[in-house]
Amino acid sequence: MDNNMDNNSNNIIVLMVCPVSNYLEQEIEKSFKVFKLWHFEDKEQFINTHKDSIQAVVGSAAAGADAELIESLPKLEIVATCSVGLDKIDLARCKEKGIRVANTPDVLTDDVADLAIGLILAVLRRICESDRYVRSGEWKKGEFKMTTKFTGKSVGILGMGRIGTVIAKRAEAFDCIIGYNSRTEKPNLNYKYYPNLIDLASNCQILVVACSLTEETQHIVNRQVINALGPKGVLINIGRGLLVDEHELVSALLQGRLGGAGLDVFEHEPDVPEELIGLENVVLLPHVASATVETRKAMADLVVGNLQAHFGKKPLLTPVV
Amino acid sequence: MATHHHFAVQFPQVLLLRKPSGFAMLGEQFFTSNKFQYLKAYESALPLHEFLTLHAHSVKAIFSSAGAPVTAEILRLLPEVRLVVATSAGLNHIDVVECRRRGVALANAGNVFSEDVADYALGLLIDVLRKLSAADCFVRQGLWPINAEFPLGSKLGGKRVGIVGLGSIGSEVAKRLEAFGCCVSYNSRNKKPSVTYPFYPDVCELAANSDVLIICCALTDQTHHLINKQVLLALGKKGVIINVGRGAIIDEKEMVGCLLRGEIGGAGLDVFENEPDVPEQLFALDNVVLSPHSAVFTPESFKDVCELAVANLEAFFSNKPLLTPFAAVD
Repeated sequence: MDNNMDNNSNNIIVLMVCPVSNYLEQEIEKSFKVFKLWHFEDKEQFINTHKDSIQAVVGSAAAGADAELIESLPKLEIVATCSVGLDKIDLARCKEKGIRVANTPDVLTDDVADLAIGLILAVLRRICESDRYVRSGEWKKGEFKMTTKFTGKSVGILGMGRIGTVIAKRAEAFDCIIGYNSRTEKPNLNYKYYPNLIDLASNCQILVVACSLTEETQHIVNRQVINALGPKGVLINIGRGLLVDEHELVSALLQGRLGGAGLDVFEHEPDVPEELIGLENVVLLPHVASATVETRKAMADLVVGNLQAHFGKKPLLTPVV
Repeated sequence: MATHHHFAVQFPQVLLLRKPSGFAMLGEQFFTSNKFQYLKAYESALPLHEFLTLHAHSVKAIFSSAGAPVTAEILRLLPEVRLVVATSAGLNHIDVVECRRRGVALANAGNVFSEDVADYALGLLIDVLRKLSAADCFVRQGLWPINAEFPLGSKLGGKRVGIVGLGSIGSEVAKRLEAFGCCVSYNSRNKKPSVTYPFYPDVCELAANSDVLIICCALTDQTHHLINKQVLLALGKKGVIINVGRGAIIDEKEMVGCLLRGEIGGAGLDVFENEPDVPEQLFALDNVVLSPHSAVFTPESFKDVCELAVANLEAFFSNKPLLTPFAAVD
């Protein structure tokens, strides 16, 4: 930890907009004064009172800095998010006002990719369902059913960024046939590029959503894409809930137009559509793709490192803006 | 009077002690051949001993599926049998020594299941380390809105994984683990000269140097309770054990004790000593993932093993070499 900072650093006020971890709070508190927004019932009043002293905002996948918050904090210099996703931050406004933005890329790539493969295996091989089958005593009544082999299947990746690339490499170890859709074709990749997402969905059995959420990609996985994936197709979402039209997803699963789904993210976390709870061909996770002891520490250290770099007048470690 | 079919025996007969799972799941047509007929012991009202004695002259081969042991007694009653074909990779339900003594050839499933089992081993490992089954339950029980914090899991990358048994399945597991950034080492009867993973001749030492143990070996007299208390304690408090071999390779009672006392960190188990009985103390643990011996239950593998079994039988009855002869290596 870089302690080579200005003596007055403990006067710099950081606003945490949502709980992340005790570790992150403790680490930020070592160098800065921290306000925790969720401790205040009247958030508007709190911000009004302290608006002229808050110089940094720390968020996560759950909450960031929207236009309203940015406008209400005239002294804001940096937004550091404990996530790689930037969908909760008004980037344009930050750029406009010269506010720095930092996120936590790379340190979580492996964990997210591991979870994507874990979800594929859990859905195709019905691992969670099998666990329930044993625990409920059903095994004593009869053998479990046939599931679906993973090795050799065709996997389509939506978004061939850092995370998509690593997912593809892992899937290759299972002899999967990889195709992808991305804003642009990536050079030097041995995978088939599909400029049209519906074509990708038509040509793969497992579609993994690994792109970032922007205005353009909201509901990019819509009814047509889901239908193209089909009754034997499986959708895996480790991106953001809003990338998928959740209403259409639920209806496709209920009607058998989609074979299964592994979901780590939802449109309105922590709410999960009630209809999914009773389905055996889905695996539902509470947004845990980066949730390992090792990675959450690395992410927290990166957030603190970025704050210290900024207020120490050094280059940001992982700048976005 | 015995009620069994009177066929004019034109074809050699292949004995079925019980109905193969594949018959129901894929249909009997996958198994039929113009080179032999099936003799279904399970459709006869006769006690097995009598049934076998009655058909001793015409049974030339046995098609063995799980749950129907081929014992020395059965082999004694069928002196014309020259081949046992198994639809599993493991042959612990067949008296292999007696087969060898009688000159009865053995054919197993070869590598047909290896990919499925390896996939499943990885699935169990990711589930245990990342708590997938526990998290799925957490969501289904409606706990996410109430209790925003679900316990953190543990990263796969960098974990030292010890594979017990580097055969076809173990090799497929190793290949997959490498893609996740795991460090692979192994214990096997013999060191494999073509393999670069570190070899540990002693499984206890392997455990002491591993964060995860994956059991991929066959069940034999030598591997019975190979994973005992000493090995489990060497694996340690944060250690995870994955078993896709056979239940009896692990001293189950000791393992349960270690899990309950926190002496090992977690387990993913597809097999148990006394299936389908599973020690109920495991049900209360959320660092354990339990599975009903279904690592090979895919229609893809079942089709492959059926075709292979029939191909082995056809080769045999055509005096051609078996496709997947089993020869126990010492």
